[in-house]
Amino acid sequence: MTVLDHRHHTAVPGWLPGATAPRSDPAPLLPDASPVRVLGTPELEKYDPALLRELYRRLVVGRRYNQQATTLTKQGRLAVYPASTGQEACQVAAALALGEQDWLFPSYRDTLAVVSRGVDPLEALTLLRGNAHTGYDPLATRTAPLCTPLATQAPHAVGLAHAARLGGDPVVALALLGDGGTSEGDFHEALNFAAVLNAPVVFLVQNNGYAISVPLTAQSAAPTLAHKAVGYGIPGRLVDGNDAPAVHSVLTEAVERARTGGGPTLVEALTYRVEAHTNADDATRYRDDTEVAAWREHDPVLLMERHLRRIGLLDDALVQESAEEAEALAARMRAEFHADAELDPMALFAHVYAEPTPQLREQAAQLSAELAAEAEVQHP
Amino acid sequence: MAQALNSALRDALRADPAVHVLGEDVGALGGVFRITDGLTAEFGADRCLDTPLAEAGILGTAIGMAMYGLRPVVEMQFDAFAYPALEQLFSHVAKMRNRTAGRLPLPITVRIPYGGGIGGVEHHSDASEAYYTSTPGLHVVTPATVADAYGLLRASIASDDPVVFLEPKRLYWGKAEFDPAAPVEPIGRAVLRRTGTSAVLITYGPSLPVCLEAAEAAKAEGWDLAVLDLRTLVPFDDETVCRVVRSLGRAVVVHEATGFGGTGAEIAARVTERCFHHLAAPVLRVTGFDIPYPPPMLEHHHLPGVDRILDAVARLQWEA
Ligand SMILES: Cc1ncc(C[n+]2csc(CCOP(=O)(O)OP(=O)(O)O)c2C)c(N)n1
Repeated sequence: MTVLDHRHHTAVPGWLPGATAPRSDPAPLLPDASPVRVLGTPELEKYDPALLRELYRRLVVGRRYNQQATTLTKQGRLAVYPASTGQEACQVAAALALGEQDWLFPSYRDTLAVVSRGVDPLEALTLLRGNAHTGYDPLATRTAPLCTPLATQAPHAVGLAHAARLGGDPVVALALLGDGGTSEGDFHEALNFAAVLNAPVVFLVQNNGYAISVPLTAQSAAPTLAHKAVGYGIPGRLVDGNDAPAVHSVLTEAVERARTGGGPTLVEALTYRVEAHTNADDATRYRDDTEVAAWREHDPVLLMERHLRRIGLLDDALVQESAEEAEALAARMRAEFHADAELDPMALFAHVYAEPTPQLREQAAQLSAELAAEAEVQHP
Repeated sequence: MAQALNSALRDALRADPAVHVLGEDVGALGGVFRITDGLTAEFGADRCLDTPLAEAGILGTAIGMAMYGLRPVVEMQFDAFAYPALEQLFSHVAKMRNRTAGRLPLPITVRIPYGGGIGGVEHHSDASEAYYTSTPGLHVVTPATVADAYGLLRASIASDDPVVFLEPKRLYWGKAEFDPAAPVEPIGRAVLRRTGTSAVLITYGPSLPVCLEAAEAAKAEGWDLAVLDLRTLVPFDDETVCRVVRSLGRAVVVHEATGFGGTGAEIAARVTERCFHHLAAPVLRVTGFDIPYPPPMLEHHHLPGVDRILDAVARLQWEA
């Protein structure tokens, strides 16, 4: 056998010379033609009632959290808030699909997923309030910092998942992305690395229709974003992103697949951003109200309420409990944010390096002297 | 200033069919800062194109367009979001003329809103001019006045070399009358914005208004400060800078980017090399601290303000 023969010994008859056989039939990798749905189908009754009630409760609290945070931006109490209103099902399910040992890699719109993961709701807002870059301890809940540069967290998720697997730990990483983020090179490199390394990682794209002003049609010509998985040799799944149990089950399946050595999955959740991109954005410039109104009808909280009631899983007690919890959280947010934050300017020099450089020590001394002089002027 | 930049783009598109604008959200939205407002409506989506969200793709595509004879004007949405495109910028945009012995010049303008002071969260306030100025092959231009915003952008688009056009985003909302037909100093020329007799503040972009304010405040201390606006970092106007420094003997360089390895270091070194015997004091720098750009609630401690500038002026060894 020559070297060439050896190289091509897997070639199938009729295949182009030099090409090797495809690793697998792409057909099983193709996403379903229509998104997975659970609400409104007989499937719903097979779900664990406790899980469904938990999803409902978290949706209600999450909706209130989004509303209160948006109000705080209007009052100048938060620097910026990219609301996930309308996308709560994705956020809540993302957190619930993970085990405690797993890692979440959120993007800037995913504060609610972070909160649902167990991060203190006020600490999760520190970045957006403007007093520190990441308020929470990433290690405490295995939640990476909210990531602002698009798609750059995706390769991190792959690396962490790969490292965990090398260490023999059954850890899965879940990276959250937007539809726009799927155009960035980092997204594609992450998918490819994950596939080649067979890393236990799941990518969840929340396709909310727009990347700021740019609609999906101007973002991608693929039939669905889930199709992007196929070229990398990993499965793509399509799910109704406003159907909380559906997102939860598709993600849980992908997480389990990853955990048991089955490799990465790309999940596309079809959802909608009913608010503007952030409080600084004017959405009327690029979309009309009829579109928004239609999506408001397909609201994740409404859908859940309607269908759980129908099968007798939602009672007034749960509605009231959830509403009270939501109001208590909103009140806590108001109380905390209406007081001015206590800030220490000297914190600017902490944590630039493990050991500050001599230059930083000098600059810290300079700022400290300036602050002392200022205090002297104010309270002589 | 935003309006002047918008007019410059519109007039450039009207004047030359080779000019094309591309970037994220530059179409219906008119850009997140509205600099491209109305351009798609007037010139169509081929001339002002909403691209997929991929900075390397945007700039890489612009390179190909320029190779085919177009004059792309690229918008990067925020300073730090230009970083995915740095590979294209450093390895190709900056070097293509040189790599091809002059056969493939790339007349690309890369517009980047930069700097802080607008309360932006992480990655929205970087002043990254030093990366660009230390990359040979790029012009680096940064206007500080409304008239310059118009004039320098027109000149950048007309330039046969690639230009990194840094827009001080906190000056976007600054207003002043300007006449598009009025002549402005070309790329590569520094302009004295305020004459003085005691010392000169050398600055550019977002720090110009701060320096003018400091010069005003300095009168109370008995100092009459000149303020020099560099306008263009590459090419650097050694001639004007040295003329002013030699005549006054004292200089402070002011910018908001970090100081270590920053543009101010280059300026201070050049001035010292060329004007040593005329200097009555070392050239001092007033810059941001050497830290990652802080969260918005603390940014005012980082950005050089009037007091820090005046402190530096006070250290200019007046008795010597
Ligand atoms: C690398 C990079 N480029 C540009 C931006 C500016 N930016 C912030 S959000 C956004 C749109 C993102 O859209 P998408 O990924 O669909 O997420 P969504 O906001 O809809 O959740 C853009 C362009 C950024 N954050 N990072």
